[in-house]
Amino acid sequence: MATISQSSPRLRADEVSGEVVPAAHANSVLELIGNTPLLEITRLTEGILRPRVSIFAKLEGFNPGGSVKDRPARKMLEIGLARGDLRPGKVIIDSSSGNTGIALAMIGATIGYPVELVMPANASRERKKILEAFGAKPIYSEQLEGSDGAIRLCRKIVAENPERYFKPDQYNNEANSLAHFETTGPEIWRQTEGRVTHFVATIGTSGTVMGTGRFLKSRDPNIKIIAVEPDDPMHGLEGLKYMAASIVPGIYHEDELDDKMPVSTEDAYEMVYALGQFEGILVGQSSGAAMVAALKLARDLNEGCVVTVFPDFGDKYLSTNLWIGWQEWRRERLQRLIRKWNVSANATT
Amino acid sequence: MPVRVRVPTPLRRFTAGIDEVPADGDSIRSVLEDLERRHPGMSERLLDEKGELRRFVNIYLNGDDIRFLNQLNSKVKDGDDISIVPAIAGGRS
Repeated sequence: MATISQSSPRLRADEVSGEVVPAAHANSVLELIGNTPLLEITRLTEGILRPRVSIFAKLEGFNPGGSVKDRPARKMLEIGLARGDLRPGKVIIDSSSGNTGIALAMIGATIGYPVELVMPANASRERKKILEAFGAKPIYSEQLEGSDGAIRLCRKIVAENPERYFKPDQYNNEANSLAHFETTGPEIWRQTEGRVTHFVATIGTSGTVMGTGRFLKSRDPNIKIIAVEPDDPMHGLEGLKYMAASIVPGIYHEDELDDKMPVSTEDAYEMVYALGQFEGILVGQSSGAAMVAALKLARDLNEGCVVTVFPDFGDKYLSTNLWIGWQEWRRERLQRLIRKWNVSANATT
Repeated sequence: MPVRVRVPTPLRRFTAGIDEVPADGDSIRSVLEDLERRHPGMSERLLDEKGELRRFVNIYLNGDDIRFLNQLNSKVKDGDDISIVPAIAGGRS
């Protein structure tokens, strides 16, 4: 297993702010980041969960940049500016399969800094267009190398011209998980009135599950923190990482997790269709994966409040493989999908 | 017919880390069957239980997506260039 070194120094106490309270009105889109709604998933779970079990999804697509990544992007740039690492004349650069790139591009436009983003050439068309609309410059890495190829190319570009760039380095910057410790975690605690018992989140950089998990554990150590990852290195869950075969982010601390749940690409895609047709909510494939794991977990509970994160909405993926063959999907397929999980569960016991 | 197949990072565990391997066949399907013989375990990642291409896998024949050709029945000829590309990939450094 390969690791990359921790490039970001530890955060100082004065860089950790308190809970963020929603602004009454906003002077900048940056003030609109966070405070996303929590939706109880009720129609899709009907007849599957026991009466005292509920599943809630935090709808991160409501952030101004359209994803959960607005939170870490804002925090990483805030700290970069405060430390003087990001200063006039610098170009913001990072590797991103999409959503972090969009968040950096949006914030860069707001604060007046140019942004360059390295991503695999097969990132979705919509996302490339959005980045350009914010004035950012995309740099494409070899698509066969995936997100790790983008990480390596970005490192090379920065190494060749270190003075030119400020690299937030979302995979190794503790400000990434801190953003969730300061915002996502407190919001979930407040929105569930402290009733949350399980937190389930997909892993890309791992910032969401690490930071939110850390906050929730600080409030109640009995809350279970569960990470969701693809079931195979060869997968189609854009933005997610199969850790055992990937460059492991420096901010990922597996010992802080209570469990990890693998999800297949096919199950995640089917759950995206189900969420559209049962709940009237169009999300991306990582939300499908999060929901599969939340449902698998919750259906075995006698009592509990499971909270998961839907990292973004689905409009950015309409041209991607996610929607190949979806017309054949029918509502009955959800029951079939869940029966299939039962068979697998029985097979392993 | 010998063709060249470019292998994405997540599948290189089946090819001893090699990024481009030879294979034989006169269609994409037969090339994949040959790849499975040479590198066992690969086809399960590419094809579903019905033998169809998994939705998140793209295969390009000389740069063209086979979904816009004749799918797995697309004909290949000597020296063709085939790339297997996951919809989005992780991988090993």
